[in-house]
Amino acid sequence: MSALLFALVITSAQILLGLAMLCGAYRMLRGPRAQDRALGLDSLYVSGMLLLITYGVQTGRTLYFEAALVIALLGFTGTVAIGKFLMRGEVIE
Amino acid sequence: MIQAPNLPGWAALIVGILLLSGASLTLLGTIGLVSLKSFYERAHAPGLGTSMGSILVLSASMICFSVLQTRPVVHEILIFIFITITTPVTLMLLSRASVYRDRAEASVDQAPPDLARVQPNAPNNNDCKGQKKE
Repeated sequence: MSALLFALVITSAQILLGLAMLCGAYRMLRGPRAQDRALGLDSLYVSGMLLLITYGVQTGRTLYFEAALVIALLGFTGTVAIGKFLMRGEVIE
Repeated sequence: MIQAPNLPGWAALIVGILLLSGASLTLLGTIGLVSLKSFYERAHAPGLGTSMGSILVLSASMICFSVLQTRPVVHEILIFIFITITTPVTLMLLSRASVYRDRAEASVDQAPPDLARVQPNAPNNNDCKGQKKE
């Protein structure tokens, strides 16, 4: 019984994180300006990273942790590149 | 897809509470991202998810794997350190880019009398704006 409740709690946390990803994707697709889209992409990948971690908790494997670490690293790099491009017109000067 | 790891009751309680509260905080932050009006208000909202939401979810994962493997597993702290360091950097970069773009558009639309007021550091920034002015 408590195991079923725990599984339901994990699944509902995953659903909440999926809704958070949807909100980030909405801002990324409908954002009025480019910086809004960059911000939406940033929150989208953070929510996706947390979703992967909850998936790791659910299955009990440490495989998903490494995927989450890679997403965190590459997402930061992407957002910094977009911000630099918006500010200066080129990424590497 | 409903399954759960084999945790004792107290650990399941702690992990469940931490996961639910972290996911709710992240959802609240992104709802703010959708519903707030201007970019400068929106820029603050996802900070909820990246600070407290990720702390709660990562500590839930830490407790879960420490109990499962009966030894301290703290490698989630890597992600936490990385997120904590990088979030202010991206926020500052995006906000400064937004300020720069807003000022550039204002200078194109209204044709301000003083160009130096619009470009505080003019020698660095006049590569793309000088063409727009002419």
